[in-house]
Amino acid sequence: MRSVDTVLKEHPNAGRDSLIPILQEVQETEGYLSPEAIAEIGRRLNLPASKIYGVATFYNMFRFQPKGKYHVMVCRGTACHVKGSRKSLDMVIRVLKIEPGQTTRDRLFSLEVVACMGACGLAPVVNINGQFYAKITPMKLQRIIEECRAKERIHESA
Amino acid sequence: MTQTYRTHLLICAGTGCVASGSMRVKEALEQEIRRRGLESEVQVTATGCNGFCAAGPLLVAYPDGIFYQRLTPADVPFLVEEYLIKGRVVKKHLFEPKKGAEAIPKLADIGFFKNQLLVALRNRGLIDPEKIDEYIARDGYLGAAKALTEMTPAQIVEEIKASGLRGRGGAGFPTGLKWQFAAAAEGSPKYILCNGDEGDPGAFMDRSILEADPHAVLEGMIIGAKAIGAHHGYIYVRAEYPLAIERLNIAVAQAKEYGLLGEDILGSGFDMEIELYHGAGAFVCGEETALMRSIEGRRGMPRPRPPFPAHKGLWDKPSVLNNVETYANVPQIIHRGAKWFYSIGTERSAGTKVFALTGQVRNIGLIEVPMGTPLRKIVFDVGGGIPGNKKLKAVQVGGPSGGCIPDALADTPVDFESIPATGAIMGSGGMVVMDSSTCMVDIAKFFLEFTAEESCGKCTPCREGTLQMLEILDRICNGRGRDEDTASLERLAVVIGQSSLCGLGQTAPNPVLTTLRYFRHEYEEHIRLGLCRAKACKALLKFTVSPELCKRCGLCFKACPSEAIRWEKKEVAEILLDKCTRCMSCYRACPFDAID
Ligand SMILES: Cc1cc2nc3c(=O)[nH]c(=O)nc-3n(C[C@H](O)[C@H](O)[C@H](O)COP(=O)(O)O)c2cc1C
Ligand code: FES
Repeated sequence: MRSVDTVLKEHPNAGRDSLIPILQEVQETEGYLSPEAIAEIGRRLNLPASKIYGVATFYNMFRFQPKGKYHVMVCRGTACHVKGSRKSLDMVIRVLKIEPGQTTRDRLFSLEVVACMGACGLAPVVNINGQFYAKITPMKLQRIIEECRAKERIHESA
Repeated sequence: MTQTYRTHLLICAGTGCVASGSMRVKEALEQEIRRRGLESEVQVTATGCNGFCAAGPLLVAYPDGIFYQRLTPADVPFLVEEYLIKGRVVKKHLFEPKKGAEAIPKLADIGFFKNQLLVALRNRGLIDPEKIDEYIARDGYLGAAKALTEMTPAQIVEEIKASGLRGRGGAGFPTGLKWQFAAAAEGSPKYILCNGDEGDPGAFMDRSILEADPHAVLEGMIIGAKAIGAHHGYIYVRAEYPLAIERLNIAVAQAKEYGLLGEDILGSGFDMEIELYHGAGAFVCGEETALMRSIEGRRGMPRPRPPFPAHKGLWDKPSVLNNVETYANVPQIIHRGAKWFYSIGTERSAGTKVFALTGQVRNIGLIEVPMGTPLRKIVFDVGGGIPGNKKLKAVQVGGPSGGCIPDALADTPVDFESIPATGAIMGSGGMVVMDSSTCMVDIAKFFLEFTAEESCGKCTPCREGTLQMLEILDRICNGRGRDEDTASLERLAVVIGQSSLCGLGQTAPNPVLTTLRYFRHEYEEHIRLGLCRAKACKALLKFTVSPELCKRCGLCFKACPSEAIRWEKKEVAEILLDKCTRCMSCYRACPFDAID
C-alpha cells in the first residue's frame, strides 16, 4: 500500500472532508480502488469501510476494478445519443463481453460510459486511452478494437 | 519591451479541436514558420474554445480576421507559403455556408458568429487563457478593482440587482437578491461557491468558459465575496474536466502572484482565497445543498430547504452558490455598469445566454445570444440549419430537466418566462436539435434513464417513481406497450413532480411530459402499431431486403458485423433476423435503399 501511504501523507490531520480527495488521488495513482486500499484509508481516517464504500459507490468516477490496457470510454451524452451512440455501446458490450465499469479478464480492455466529453461536434465520440475517435459507428468501433487486439498479438509474438 | 508581430495566428485549443488534432496543427505551424524564418513576424497562440467546434481544427488569423477550418498538419506548408508569404487567402479552408456556395473568408461575416453577442464569452478565442496579462489587457480585473476600492458591499448588491442578472445555472434566481440575503445573514465565516459541476449530459458551456477565460470567473467570485463578506471561495469542478482544472489552477496561482487573490488585495484591505474542489461525478451534486455536502466529504444528497444556503450552507455557515456563467457576467456589469447590461436581452431576462448547440444541426458548437432570441433564429441563422435538407422536428432545451419544443413553437424566444411556458426549462444551456431521425419516445427514455440512474435515492417519489416510468417507457420501446400506458405516465409524472425533495425529481418528468404533449401520436404509433418511424427503437425494427431494389452487390454482407446476412455472388442478400442485432450497418451501407 505504498501509494496509499504517500497520498495519506499529503493529507496530515485528514478528516472526513478529505475523504473524497483522498479517494480521487488513490484512484489516480493506482487506477482503481482496491479493497485493501479502502480498508487502509478507513483505518487512517477512523471510518468503517462500509461508510467509505457508501461514499465511493455514490459517485460515478470511482472504479473498483483495475483499468485495462485499453480504456474505452463511450460517450452517452445527448448529442452522441441522438447520433446513435447506443448501438456502438451495445456492440462493445457484446464484443468485449463486459459491462461498463468492468475489465476483461485478460486485463486488455476496460469499459466506461461517460456523459458529454465536450466534443459534440464529432459525435458520436469514443475515447480510448486519451485519443478521440470521431463519428463512430458499430462497425468502425469494432475495427478499432480489432486493431488494438492485433497490436497486442504482435507484441506477444515479438 | 514586448515584441510586435505582423500576424497573429490563433489556434483553437478547446476540447473539440484538440480531439480533432489542433495541437498537431499548431506544432506543424510553428515548425514551418521557423523553417521559413518568420518567427519574429508571426505569432502562434493557443486559445480557448472558439465555439465553432464542428469545423475544427480551427485557426483565426489577425489582423485580417480570416477564419480557416478543417486544417491538418499536411495542409500547413501550403498555408504558410500562400497566406503568410504571398499574402493570398487559401480558399480550400474557408467556410462555406452550404456545399458549393460562395466561401466566406472573414470570421465576422459568417452567420454562426455574426448572429452572436458575446458577453460571458467575450474573450473566447482571443486570449491565451494561461496568461493573466492577456486577460488584464482586455480590461480584466478592472471590475474587481472598482468593487474593492470604490464600492461598498451594499453598492455592489444594488448594482447587480439593477443589472437584472439572473442565475445561469437553471432556475434563473436573481443574483443580486441572493447576494443580499447572504450579506444580511448572521454567522461567520461566510463562503462563496462556484458551481462548475455541469451535470447536463449534452452540454459543455461552463467547461468552455473555464477553459477559455478562467480569470473572468475568479474576478466574478472576488466581487461576490466582497458583496457578501466572504473571504473563502470554492470552485466545484468536475474531475472529468482536467483541462479546466489545470487552467483554473494556473489562473489562481497567477492571480495570487499579481496580488489579486490573497491578503490585502490591491491594497484595499480585503482578503480572499479560492480553492478548487474536484467533483466526483454525480448529477445531483449540481443541486446546491448536495454540492455543499459533497464538499464536506459525504454522499451528495440534497436536504429540504429552508433553511436556505444563504443562512445555512457549507458547514452550516451562510453561503452563496452561483453558476460559472453567472460569475463570468459579473465583472463586466461592475466595469461597464448595470444599465449597459440591462439594455441587452428582454425586460425580465437581461443579458445573454450561452448554449451548447448540438444534434442534427450544421454548425455544432458553443454560442452566446441575447436573451429573447427566437429558437428558430438560433437553429437556422446561427446553427446554419439542418444537414441533408431534413426538417426541424424539435429542439430539446434544458437537458434531463428540460423538454422538447416542437417545430410549431420554434418561434419561442429563449428567456426565463417563455421557455418554461412550453413545459421545458431554460436549464444551464444544453440545446439539442432534432430532425426526423430522432424518436421522441426514445429521447424521453434516454433522459429518464439518466435521471433514474442519477437519483440519489433519498426520497421515494424520485427513486421509485422514475423507475416505474422507465419501466413503462421500456415496454413501449420494446413493442409491448399497453393502451393505458400514456395515461399512467402522465399520472406518475404529476405525482413525482409535486412530491420529490429536490429539483432533480421535480423536473425529471419534464422530458416525458413535453413529448407526450407535443408528440403523443408517436407514443400511440409505438403502442398500437409497433412502429418507430425514426428507426431508433431497436426492438421494433425488422430489416428485410427488397428483391426488386437489391443489386446483389454484397455491400451489406461486408458491412454486417454480426454475420447476420447471407449472400452469394449474384444472389439477393438475406437478413437472418435471429442473428441480426439491428445495428443498422447494412441499412446505412446499402447504396440502393433496398434494406428497410
Ligand atoms: C439536480 C440538479 C442539478 C443541477 N445541476 C447544476 C449544474 O450542473 N450546474 C449549475 O450551475 N447549477 C445546477 N443546478 C442548480 C443549482 O442548484 C443552483 O441553483 C445554481 O448553481 C445556482 O446558481 P445560479 O443562481 O447562478 O444559477 C442543479 C440543480 C438541480 C436540482
Ligand atoms: S454528447 Fe458526446 S461529446 Fe457531447
